[in-house]
Amino acid sequence: MNFLNSLISGLSLGSVYAIIALGYTMVYGISKMLNFAHGDVIMVGGYVSFIMTMYVGMNGWLALLVAMVVCTLLGIIIERLAYRPLRGTGSLAVLITAIGVSYFLQNAALLIWGANPRVFTSLFDGVGTIHAAGGQLTITPESLFTILANIVIMIVLTLFVNRTKAGKAMRAVSEDNGAAQLMGINVNQSISLTFAIGSGLAAVAGVLMCSAYPVLMPTTGAMPGIKAFTAAVFGGIGSIPGAMIGGLILGIIEIFSRAYISTELSDAIVFACLIIVLLVKPTGLLGKKVSEKV
Amino acid sequence: MADRLFKSINARGLRGAVKGSEYKKEALISYGILVIGYILLQLGAMTGLIGHNLQGQFVPICVYISLAISLNLVVGISGELSLGHAGFMAVGAFTGIVITRVLENSIEFGPLRLIIAILAAAVMAAIAGFIIGIPILGLRGDYLAIVTLAFGEIVRNIMNVLYFGLDNNGHLKFAFNHTIEGIDTSQRVITGAIGATGVTKLATFTGAAILTAFTLFVVLNLKNSKQGRAIMAIRDNRIAGESIGLDVKKYKLMAFVVSASLAGMAGCMFGQNYSTLAPVKFNFNTSVLILVFVVLGGIGNIWGGMIAAALLTVLPEALRQFADYRMLTYAVVLILVMIGTYNPAIRARITAFVNKIKPKKKDKGKEKTGKEAA
Repeated sequence: MNFLNSLISGLSLGSVYAIIALGYTMVYGISKMLNFAHGDVIMVGGYVSFIMTMYVGMNGWLALLVAMVVCTLLGIIIERLAYRPLRGTGSLAVLITAIGVSYFLQNAALLIWGANPRVFTSLFDGVGTIHAAGGQLTITPESLFTILANIVIMIVLTLFVNRTKAGKAMRAVSEDNGAAQLMGINVNQSISLTFAIGSGLAAVAGVLMCSAYPVLMPTTGAMPGIKAFTAAVFGGIGSIPGAMIGGLILGIIEIFSRAYISTELSDAIVFACLIIVLLVKPTGLLGKKVSEKV
Repeated sequence: MADRLFKSINARGLRGAVKGSEYKKEALISYGILVIGYILLQLGAMTGLIGHNLQGQFVPICVYISLAISLNLVVGISGELSLGHAGFMAVGAFTGIVITRVLENSIEFGPLRLIIAILAAAVMAAIAGFIIGIPILGLRGDYLAIVTLAFGEIVRNIMNVLYFGLDNNGHLKFAFNHTIEGIDTSQRVITGAIGATGVTKLATFTGAAILTAFTLFVVLNLKNSKQGRAIMAIRDNRIAGESIGLDVKKYKLMAFVVSASLAGMAGCMFGQNYSTLAPVKFNFNTSVLILVFVVLGGIGNIWGGMIAAALLTVLPEALRQFADYRMLTYAVVLILVMIGTYNPAIRARITAFVNKIKPKKKDKGKEKTGKEAA
């Protein structure tokens, strides 16, 4: 039963990573940049939701919606102001700018909301924990909903990217920026849309994560951000199903090493697994192998 | 004494420079910045113009300059993105702390202990660089970056559970949890997440400056050697390099290991500058900070990275009057500088503006193209 409990919390944590990793992987796919500020968008989502419930007195679900809107706008603004001027100048310049944005968000949060950790009220406050198998198996509503949310998001997103016109445009831009433009696709709009979706999902991930681990600080998003980035690479960066698989595997590895090996070394084990996977499959689990042309 | 040492290093560095004026210019500027900076800071400290707070930053400035130079070897000269430079720094720092503590009773003379510690740190960091370099070689671009990131996090994580102590006979013992048998708390050298405590500080400004000069000497000479040219050829075109018979893996590994080793030495100096040192000091943010120096200074531009490292180490101190807003200001400055230097439209405008106000068109134009090539 211990095993099953760990598995469920692993899946739940992995789902959070997967949702965050989606933002990384989509942005990487379309603009070939590592958006290090993504983790901090999660934190902003958490704070907005916190403020809405605590001070405005909103319902948790309405607050989630507000957080999504705020983060979506934030994502679009960040892309417009910080990343677009540097498009096409090489990934390193954009990477450093993304780090600058990350510092900016963290320190702005520090100024606005202070350094003290805030206790986040779960979305499912008051909803009872499910006990099964004679009380040995416990499933919190948070983990159940996180896993379900992840599945729904993944299905909707896959349908969106494959079936809708906007989704096809996004894929075209990530395949070949210039050719897409020649075909009459508005590249700027497609990239903005990608950032909007990624950041909106980051808000969802932020609220779900804070519901399960209810401490909110300006640096809350940093570590999950790095882990989710790892998950995206694990699954093959640029691939949407890869992000999901990478996130889930990473979450499970983390929880199991916490439960059975060492709490303190769990991060090291997660990162070591990543290195091993990349040794065997240099482009991640589902990554495309790009052949070089002379 | 220090000045004479500088002179000899300077002369040796320049002797190999006869080959190319480009190299000569770079070496001259780099060593010049170091020597002039050293003299100015030393004078400032002596006359009391530089306050106590800033004087405490002298060794970190040298250390960060060294780190920027060594990271430039990987990012600029070898053309690979590394996000785990702080990991090598950590290996060096903690190796140094353990070594100096063990030798405390047998070698009285501080500087000698420091030198031995630095050498040991260089070896340990080189080994770490070699171990992590092997899996990296098969990877490209961003995948390589994430492995270096993972490495940095693994090192910090292991440091968090690493315990070193000396028993009554002065023998070194270590464990991966807080129970080291037969050692009481006062004899502990490194205590897990708390890190090293009670370090006898051996770092001096002069020592750190000499280390920086050494780092500069190694990197500049490597860059101007046959191996260095091979490394740059592979950076510019891997396939072309392979086709003329360059061993890509060997040269990539060479750049990586040398860089790691130099970072370990700098880390050792860093560790000897504080009486307590926690592993959290060497987190991802530190790796990123060093990368920021390199990118802001112009990738591949050694002395640009040196200036960026010095300025950005002092900047948070200088922004202290803004109190709470200083890190926010830092972030905004970083973003604006990046956009200002890399955005093609803004750069063209700045160049045009500079040309307009300065009649010496030729010089400025040359500098700009030099930056572009880097």
